[in-house]
Amino acid sequence: MMLTCKDVTRLISESMDRSLPLRKRIGMRVHLLICKFCARYERQLLQIRDLVRQLVAAEESPGDPYGETLSEEARERIGKSLQQR
Amino acid sequence: MIVFTRRTWHKNVVIKPAELDPSEWVERYGDYLFRYAMLRLRDRSASEDLVQETFLAALKDRGSFSGGSSEATWLVGILKHKIADHYRHQAREAPLEDGDLREQSDPYPFDGLGHWVSGPADWGGNPADRYREKKFLDQFTKCLSGLSPNHANAFTLREIEGEDTRTICKVLNVSETNLWVILHRARMQLRQCLETRWFNRNTGKGS
Repeated sequence: MMLTCKDVTRLISESMDRSLPLRKRIGMRVHLLICKFCARYERQLLQIRDLVRQLVAAEESPGDPYGETLSEEARERIGKSLQQR
Repeated sequence: MIVFTRRTWHKNVVIKPAELDPSEWVERYGDYLFRYAMLRLRDRSASEDLVQETFLAALKDRGSFSGGSSEATWLVGILKHKIADHYRHQAREAPLEDGDLREQSDPYPFDGLGHWVSGPADWGGNPADRYREKKFLDQFTKCLSGLSPNHANAFTLREIEGEDTRTICKVLNVSETNLWVILHRARMQLRQCLETRWFNRNTGKGS
């Protein structure tokens, strides 16, 4: 029943992908109450998830001010290939 | 049903010619689709190729555009399929290796008893708005590119595409148990990388 920090980091990740069986979930929660590092680890993984979602939302709005653009060469090549059809 | 048919007919005849304008596609959507692909493939030439393939497929398949969605949404839909094909192809080319499942990272954060050797650093407050800084995108992309292709693709499908694990298992051809391990490894490495490259520097807590 005693979970190590190594076990708990694995369960934290798994809990982000599925709902954990009760025993595992309780074991993880109890550990998180007493372990500062694992609690911080969970918080940071959730923050990264949140950051990525916001990044995706920003990237996908047309006219985004930053990010990569097509190279001139690629733009020309793609334009030509479209004209040939 | 009759109403639906009439509406379809109406859209095909009236709306489609006004909406679809292939001569403007590259100018209007080229960068947008390219950014979309880059975030998911992390590879310039592969992303450029997929944008080109998307436009060509769209041109060939113009008849399938119903006018029910915007031109941009329709094009992204085609690109999404191309991206999924790319992942499938990569998974076939580079199948899962033992190394993908090994509990290892550099530096390994746990001692022999499974306790933290050095725990996660305090990132100082909630970094929620940091994504707006262009540098975050750069560092995030670099960190993601640093993962093995299987790890990076699994993470991308889960966190960027928001797919469920069952779908990802099919695309990458791995078991669900193995996928959990892969995602765990990917998140751990990515967190470590972002801490080193991004948060430490920004919070001024780097030693």
